[in-house]
Amino acid sequence: MSLRLLPLLVTIATFVLGAILCSLQFPHFASTRVFTNLLTDNAFLGIVAVGMTFVILSGGIDLSVGSVIAFTCVLLAILIERDHVPPFVAFAIALSVAGLFGAAMGALIHVFRLPPFIVTLAGMFFARGMCFVLTTDSIPIGAPLYAQLYRHAIDLPGHGKLSVIAIIMLLVVAAGMVIAHRTRFGTNVYALGGNRVSAELMGVKVGRTTIAIYTLSSTLAGLAGIVFSFYTGAGSSLAATGVELDTIAAVVIGGTLLSGGVGTVFGTFVGVLIQGLIQTYITFDGSLSSWWTKIAIGALLFGFIVMQRVLVAVAGRRGSLA
Amino acid sequence: MDAMAPAPRTIGAVLRRIRFAGWPQLLALALVLAACRAVSPGFFHLRLVDGRLFGSLIDVLDRGAPVALLSLGMTLVIATRGIDLSVGAVMAISGAVAATLVNAGSPVAVAVGAALAAGLGCGVWNGVLVAILRIQPIVATLILMVAGRGIAQLITGGQIVTFDDRALGFVGTGSVLGMPTPVVLVALVAMSIALLTRRTALGLFIESVGANERASAYAGVGASVVLIAAYAASGVCAALAGLVVAADIKGADANNAGLWLELDAILAVVVGGTSLFGGRFSLLLSLVGAMIIQAMNTGILLSGIRPEYNLIVKAVVVLAVLLLQSPPVRNRLSRTGGAAR
Repeated sequence: MSLRLLPLLVTIATFVLGAILCSLQFPHFASTRVFTNLLTDNAFLGIVAVGMTFVILSGGIDLSVGSVIAFTCVLLAILIERDHVPPFVAFAIALSVAGLFGAAMGALIHVFRLPPFIVTLAGMFFARGMCFVLTTDSIPIGAPLYAQLYRHAIDLPGHGKLSVIAIIMLLVVAAGMVIAHRTRFGTNVYALGGNRVSAELMGVKVGRTTIAIYTLSSTLAGLAGIVFSFYTGAGSSLAATGVELDTIAAVVIGGTLLSGGVGTVFGTFVGVLIQGLIQTYITFDGSLSSWWTKIAIGALLFGFIVMQRVLVAVAGRRGSLA
Repeated sequence: MDAMAPAPRTIGAVLRRIRFAGWPQLLALALVLAACRAVSPGFFHLRLVDGRLFGSLIDVLDRGAPVALLSLGMTLVIATRGIDLSVGAVMAISGAVAATLVNAGSPVAVAVGAALAAGLGCGVWNGVLVAILRIQPIVATLILMVAGRGIAQLITGGQIVTFDDRALGFVGTGSVLGMPTPVVLVALVAMSIALLTRRTALGLFIESVGANERASAYAGVGASVVLIAAYAASGVCAALAGLVVAADIKGADANNAGLWLELDAILAVVVGGTSLFGGRFSLLLSLVGAMIIQAMNTGILLSGIRPEYNLIVKAVVVLAVLLLQSPPVRNRLSRTGGAAR
């Protein structure tokens, strides 16, 4: 069996095992309703994690995504509620602003050879600061579109309701899988993460690809912000703090190597589901406090990172990671 | 090369003649302080009340103490080409340990000792992940950053633990020889680390590991030990900062203690000119960096500009410093200077 696929298999096995354990303990756990709620509650995380997968595959990191989500929410709330812009126009504006922001970060990283984490750290400060400049209040969004979207859902057998935002997330994951594995851009991202110098020698346009990667990540963070505003029905400048860490954790648990070059978008999706599963378990249990979520995610993160190190060491001895 | 060096002909050459490396940081601090003086005429006034100094300048030192403590440890870690994202969470753990123990009736010395030991433990954990398991620093310390706050909440039982212990409160709000205790603590820690790194070979080892880990290992430097020591120092500094913050508000808030301070600490170190690419560091300039950040915070408050602009100003400052440090800009600067040679 190929070593490249092993992390993905371990991730899927972890999710399936976790789901079975939960269902054994709680009789009503195994239902389409719990599963669709899992998708709805983690829709914004899933969307932003797809973008983060591309960034990490290329050997970078994007710490600004949480702030970009919050900025998008606040911008939408102000455009829709204060300036009475039609929602879909507001969405287009928000996505373009987020995309330009990502492009600017990508350009700084490439042109000035700066470490991605410090550039995106400055981006995180900047976007969060822009939220506070726009407003420090939490603005409810009362547009009719939001109420319609909230009610609209596909009924599944067993009281499951596939909400609009869950469908958006599934579509983004599907599109991410196609882009990563079936397009030239996806191949370039893998090449860049595998070895930047050889990628450049092979003719990969490093600058263009880097800027595109961070543009994609920020645009998806903007889309996650739109979904987050559907989910909470408000724009708050304190929203989505710490989401960047949940996102990175989801990508790592999903089997993507942090050194870049190896990983899958589907694995990230399962990583998001595992985090959701931990939260759902704690909600079902009722007696466990929410801080156990953080400890459990930290422990999982540790376990998966150590497994990656072992795999890389084994692959190094065999001579290839294929 | 002539025995007599030719007269410098360009600005770059003149600047390189000035041996003292920290002039941009000191100039920046002077400018920020001057701006503070401009918006608040009483900024430099100092008063002695009940044997303790008061004034805006002392406030800057006092408020800036936690970030200054963090930046000292962070300087060592960054000098090894690493990063420590967990310091904010370690602050929360240390505050939680001290507050819980004091409330349980332990003597203050035991509570403080246990908090520092917790910080040391966290630092060694990070160091082992980086040095032995060879995990990238940003990821290795991310684990504790995520899980650390959970652990702190586990210790406090999910509540804000308040305490009423005079001796522990002294760490945050007392004064020694007229100066607030946190400021004295920063000075003591800075001096001890400076002595340890500059009067022994440890500083050289840290720089050599940061510059080229493999080469320094071949040269006989125990790279793993040096790395673990750097992260351990950062953990202890973070624990001290956590004690100061908890003692200041006489309570341990596992959710908010030290929140985002890891970013301020990294910012202080970067503004201080320690290269993120490892290999050289300056403790003193990191402290100057921490003071620049705090003076900016205080100045923004005093000037009546909405504090919301604080984060944006920080982002712009860090980007400006990074751009000046970046390889393409540095190459261009040295090329204009090198033409004279």
